[in-house]
Amino acid sequence: MARTSTATQPPIPAPDKIPVALIVNGVKTQLKVAPWTTLLDALRDHLDLTGTKKGCDHGQCGACTVLVDGRRINSCLTLAVMKDGAKVTTIEGLATNGALHALQQAFIDHDAFQCGYCTPGQICSAAGLIAEGKAKSADEIRELMSGNICRCGAYPNIVAAIQQAMGQS
Amino acid sequence: MINFQYARANDVADAVRQIAADPTAKFIAGGTNLIDLMKEDVERPTRLIDITRLPLKTVEETPDGGLSIGALVPNADLAYHPVVEKRYPLLGSAILAGASQQLRNMASTGGNLLQRTRCYYFYDTATPCNKREPGSGCSAINGINRMHAILGASDACIATHPSDMCVALAALEARIHAQGPGGERTIAFADFHRLPGDTPHIDTNLHADEIITAITLPPQGFSANYTYLKLRDRLSYAFALVSVAVGMELDGSTIKHARFALGGVAHKPWRDKAAEAVLNGQAASADNFARAADLLLQGAKGYEHNAFKIDLARRAIVRALTQAARGTPQAQSNKKVL
Repeated sequence: MARTSTATQPPIPAPDKIPVALIVNGVKTQLKVAPWTTLLDALRDHLDLTGTKKGCDHGQCGACTVLVDGRRINSCLTLAVMKDGAKVTTIEGLATNGALHALQQAFIDHDAFQCGYCTPGQICSAAGLIAEGKAKSADEIRELMSGNICRCGAYPNIVAAIQQAMGQS
Repeated sequence: MINFQYARANDVADAVRQIAADPTAKFIAGGTNLIDLMKEDVERPTRLIDITRLPLKTVEETPDGGLSIGALVPNADLAYHPVVEKRYPLLGSAILAGASQQLRNMASTGGNLLQRTRCYYFYDTATPCNKREPGSGCSAINGINRMHAILGASDACIATHPSDMCVALAALEARIHAQGPGGERTIAFADFHRLPGDTPHIDTNLHADEIITAITLPPQGFSANYTYLKLRDRLSYAFALVSVAVGMELDGSTIKHARFALGGVAHKPWRDKAAEAVLNGQAASADNFARAADLLLQGAKGYEHNAFKIDLARRAIVRALTQAARGTPQAQSNKKVL
């Protein structure tokens, strides 16, 4: 079968690792990463913040959702070097002084997960959704959360949990 | 993913210099499509030039009454921009019909135009694909081709353009502003994307050493009578099987002027001014809409798994024109098609 012909390209010299400054969950962090290191891999493998999950690694499942400068994004499709100077919030950074974030409490109250693998991404995505302020109805929550897949099918409880947290914020 | 070098562009001229100097380099902005394709080994740039720090992030009304949109404006910001919501709701609606909010937060306006097809075979480096590897053959023509083109395809490629935003931009007659080593030029939207012909590896008429700086819209935004109707296999977060963007000007129940473009059916947003012209001065009726739909779909050809799209497109056009004429655009949260 055909393979791409680019195998004939001359070898590219390995690039130097590039320094990146991130403020992760309020903590100034200095990293040196290869250009191809995604923000997801930087968080998990360089900073040991394994709360953010790698699901599909192609932007299709939302498990890797984090907040960058307050906006929800897919960290698997983000190169860490491109976010030099950015503020990153992960699931580990949502609780304050040991008190759960309203969304974390709401997910517990509504039993909004089964296996829990998608949950950090769901909660970070919901935090972004609440900050955006565009979702008012359950239909709008469902639509604007459609980038987060839950293979256990906990969707009705996730919507209920987000509605609870929206009422509090 | 292959090894690559990373560089930043300081300004637009620097970006053009850098891309002109390296034929295997690529610009990166939102990265939502490029990084995915690099992980699949479909795109293999040896250098990425990060353009995200360039000052191309403003949306502003132009002296002629139109709108100028910087190439780096994120899709989500554009959809929710107050001027877009008020004057160009067709554009906002189309953007919100595509991808997820996370991706829309990342993806740039310019990058949306340069999206590559989601044809399964283009992504699968174990199979022939003329778009990925010219001359290797098309696996889709006799393969699984449910999502593929029914219009404007060739023996070399039956891929579709995946963008929703671009279907609205086609109907709005946007212009694309590009800068290259020879200076600036503007490209009419209809001339930007290409049909596959025998060069399906070339998606657009943008030159390899050019950068998109902005997209401009003419003053007419069709804010009273418009719709973006998208039909797909899932209710959300899926590419269109068929989508229709409509902008219409009415005088009572008589059509003064209508524009409509199809998504999900061809290598570029599909529009035909002759199909639109038959509606001029006519009543906004289902019969007239069906006549216009038949004209737009002239020459449509189905393949083993997608022949249903011809009739689906015909019905979708009639429904979308009806929605626009009634002033009841398709809702993008509650997906009921009324």
